[in-house]
Amino acid sequence: MDSLAIAGRTVRSRLITGSGKYQDEALIPAILAAAECDIITVALRRVDFDRPADNILRHIPEGKILLPNTSGARNADEAVRIAHLSRAMGCGDWIKVEVINDQKYLLPDNAETIRATEILAREGFIVLPYMSPDLAAARSLVRAGAAAIMPLGSPIGSNQGLKTLSLLEIMIAEIDLPIIIDAGIGAPSHAAQAMEIGADAVLLNTAIATSDNPVLMAEAFKHAVRAGRLAYLAGCGPVSSGAQPSSPLTGFLHS
Amino acid sequence: MPFYEYRKQYTGINFNHVFSHATSADVDAVLAKQSIDTNDYLVLLSDAAAARLEDLAQKTRTLTQRHFGNAVVMYTPLYLSNHCVNECAYCSFSKRHAIERRTLSFDDVGREAEEIARTGMRHVLILTGESRKHTPPRFVGECVAILRDYFASITIEIYALSAEEYGDLIDAGVDGLTIYQETYDEKLYADLHAGGPKADYRFRIEAPERALSQNIRSVNIGALLGLHDPRIDAFFTGLHAAYLQKTFPAAEVAVSFPRLRPLVSEFSGARTVADPLFVQLLCAFRLFCTSAGITISTRESSRFRGNILPLGVTRMSAGSSTAVGGRIGEATVGQFEIADTRSVAEVRDELVRLGYQPVMHDWNNKMYGERV
Repeated sequence: MDSLAIAGRTVRSRLITGSGKYQDEALIPAILAAAECDIITVALRRVDFDRPADNILRHIPEGKILLPNTSGARNADEAVRIAHLSRAMGCGDWIKVEVINDQKYLLPDNAETIRATEILAREGFIVLPYMSPDLAAARSLVRAGAAAIMPLGSPIGSNQGLKTLSLLEIMIAEIDLPIIIDAGIGAPSHAAQAMEIGADAVLLNTAIATSDNPVLMAEAFKHAVRAGRLAYLAGCGPVSSGAQPSSPLTGFLHS
Repeated sequence: MPFYEYRKQYTGINFNHVFSHATSADVDAVLAKQSIDTNDYLVLLSDAAAARLEDLAQKTRTLTQRHFGNAVVMYTPLYLSNHCVNECAYCSFSKRHAIERRTLSFDDVGREAEEIARTGMRHVLILTGESRKHTPPRFVGECVAILRDYFASITIEIYALSAEEYGDLIDAGVDGLTIYQETYDEKLYADLHAGGPKADYRFRIEAPERALSQNIRSVNIGALLGLHDPRIDAFFTGLHAAYLQKTFPAAEVAVSFPRLRPLVSEFSGARTVADPLFVQLLCAFRLFCTSAGITISTRESSRFRGNILPLGVTRMSAGSSTAVGGRIGEATVGQFEIADTRSVAEVRDELVRLGYQPVMHDWNNKMYGERV
């Protein structure tokens, strides 16, 4: 069976969703069901631990892997502090490290991300760092103990698709950990493309959450991710600039 | 370069000429752009753009939804004191007005906090007048220590402080600063602020920079619309926001567009900001500063607030009182009249009905790192 393993845990679905930007968080179970997702990421800054009855976690069905994220962290120390809070509050050991100190483009700070990954991995967290696709930084994250690498396709929420395509291909070719393309995936075709080039999984939120019909869009992404993965396994044909006739000009020599 | 100096390259603009000479084709060109610069922003504030409000609004909605989704962060104000040594011509708390003055005791702060927390509100904005005698920074810090037990996020809207004083309040648990320049026109500012420390235009305009230099998470700036030509003040508000974003990329920058509201003694210098102009200012700002927040308070009516939600609004107050002791039945006169008097629950329900997610918890002061 073609399944994905992260930190020794088998994950059936290669589609990971987020939980922000929804009109109504009560939609989350239906989204997860339609997308057949196993992992959902939640911004800890939005979780009101003092009021369990009023907090987003109550919408996440049993059996899903909760991937808390450190949204709001501006440096490694803040990310570490958020991760500690997450663990103390019973959210488990998985953590998506997100360190952003640019509010305009929301691009991650790779250096601080590496530092946070190092500290948290040492403390036994299963760390999935969100990063700008840079090979040297990705190698540092591997050394730091990351469980998977999450390079961005384009800025968060931009729906621009895989603007960093060439860099992503390099990451996929060179890094042995699972590569999860995160951010910028705005349409199912982008997700399919990410899977076709060999990404192990994709993470997306805005495209589903802000769709007019989030449940239907979640289902569309499920199919796109599967289609892309199957195409990757089957092996897409090479791309060429001109047409390739199915009866080559030299065919007569063999007839 | 500090914003006080930076803005001077724009103060010589003949705004009336620019606003009246931009054409509808100029507006088209700006609306087609990915990224909007200061010249484009002026076009969006022009007469020609005023005639194209629906086009502005459509693009505004798309950009807002993409960047912020359907989430609206909720907060409520808590007035600690109305003692004030300033003489702002437009404010009910001006020392010229013979109103009852009061500063909450620490017990009262706790009682108010309890009342607010009971409504489900987890973000609080604390306010004072300017009186270092009645509400020194140390007093504010002690109030913050009390409020930390009740709220996930505590922001301040108090008189301008030194960098060191901001640092102390950040250490106490403050994560955001709201401070309005009132008007960016330096001469008019001097006329409107005849006495008190607030008369120092430069000290006030640089307050956000001082707080950000201490690594505060968010700042919310704005001009009190109606004091000066609203389009010019909106332009400088946008310029200020863009400057802060560029200078402090980690900061969350937001603006407010407060319109003058009736107060104790009618202020004679007010200009009316009609709804269409307000909508234009909102859209123009959103298109210029796509990633900045926009805060709308209960100065605006419930109906109007509901209608402008898609136009870039990211933060809203609810269950407000502008009086000291307003929630424990011992209210003084309010700073201004509230137009939207609904409860927190009513505003929440309405947001949900309109297709928005009221965000009651967007930060946790336990997550705060040490200042760098």
